[in-house]
Amino acid sequence: MNNESILKTFGVATGVCVVCAIIVSFSSVALKGLQDQNKLLDKQVNVLKAAGLVPTDGKATKAEVAEKFKTAEIVVVDLATGAVVADADPNKVESDKTNFVALTPEQDVAKIKTAPKQAVVYRFNDENGALKTLVLPICGTGLWSRMNGFLSLNADLTTVAGIVFYDHGETPGLGGEISNPKWTEKWNGKTAVDETGAPVVKVVKGTANDAATEVDGISGATLTCNGVNGTIDFWLGPNGYGPYLKTLRGDAPAEASEASEN
Amino acid sequence: MNSAVKENIVQPLFKNNPVFVQLLGICSALAVTTSLNNAFTMTLAVVFVTAFSNLGVSLIRKIIPGSIRMIVEMAIIATLVILVDQILKAFSYNLSKQLSVYVGLIITNCIVMGRAEAFAIKNGPTVSLLDGIGNGLGYGVVLMIVAFFRELFGFGTLFGFTVLKTVNNGGWYVPNGLMVLAPAAFFLIGGIIWVLKTYGKGMQDDE
Repeated sequence: MNNESILKTFGVATGVCVVCAIIVSFSSVALKGLQDQNKLLDKQVNVLKAAGLVPTDGKATKAEVAEKFKTAEIVVVDLATGAVVADADPNKVESDKTNFVALTPEQDVAKIKTAPKQAVVYRFNDENGALKTLVLPICGTGLWSRMNGFLSLNADLTTVAGIVFYDHGETPGLGGEISNPKWTEKWNGKTAVDETGAPVVKVVKGTANDAATEVDGISGATLTCNGVNGTIDFWLGPNGYGPYLKTLRGDAPAEASEASEN
Repeated sequence: MNSAVKENIVQPLFKNNPVFVQLLGICSALAVTTSLNNAFTMTLAVVFVTAFSNLGVSLIRKIIPGSIRMIVEMAIIATLVILVDQILKAFSYNLSKQLSVYVGLIITNCIVMGRAEAFAIKNGPTVSLLDGIGNGLGYGVVLMIVAFFRELFGFGTLFGFTVLKTVNNGGWYVPNGLMVLAPAAFFLIGGIIWVLKTYGKGMQDDE
């Protein structure tokens, strides 16, 4: 048999491709369910970590996470007006491309280029339905790439209840310390916004002087910390959750606009 | 048979180690050696890929036309790498998040292609499989050695367990920042090669 004939060449190439394609598609289809579950679980764990409902360093079991996450009220918020969008599907908002608008360079302090019009936030309420903890998804660009995380605020909507960065590409050991629970713990109880609703909490170089609003910097990670500051400024500011927080505090007539929408 | 097993598995561990001696697969050795957990997972992944790509190539070696030999090898390797990636994502999500793109980059690891091209294409399936396991393990040995030093001095931990308590976590140890960056792996691998070439039996370059 001549291995080099054109027919044989095509035959072998086709055969190998078909076998490989079958293996790849089979594995992808068979494992998709598990993978999606993992992704969802990962997100839920991090929401709970930010809310302080599971320990930030320990591991929570699947059942525990599912149980605790049930108490979350998932709300879609229109960022510009700060109103709750009652008829939006939270599962679709984040993957919907038309939901994103480009930011001008002045607006874009978090260096994320586009921001969503609607965002999904997580409310944890007490027995009477009053807000206990509010978890807000945040993202911004660090030294290397996009950092994704959650920032949670206490019922007063002023102090930080917790912060996590669950997905980032910062240098391990330096900027990567933003996901070290020992560092994120330092955020707890800081004053995030002042009376006017402007973001005030920030990471400073070295040790914090003002215990109320400053967080110790991570040495060797100034640029990552700048990225974190930009992220906080953006998401707590007027283009982020600023209007929504105002609505919740009750000093804007957004309730009316919500009612008219429904 | 027994001696062939020994030959094919033990040789690549030190005497004919793909990284130290043949200087293959260095780039990925820099990227995934910041912690022992990552290095260990990567070792398993690479052993799996080299073993089965060698086996696969060897099984069809007699019918592969020479003109598309490398493309066929590549297709087999790529399939196996995707398989590993999918399995990691399904069963060990956290590790797959940490290893991120580097699992996919096993495709470009010269060891895999090198063994398929240099060994499996000329030898039977059994010895090829063993050769693949041996070379994967040889690569793994290097990863583990480098990761040991980088994790210990860069983070003060081993397999994630605290050995030297770092200042960030309220201890005394100031981590060595160089160790967490890729160049540290270069220095370590260079140092190990130097030691082996100087003192290793039969590993000196021919005069």
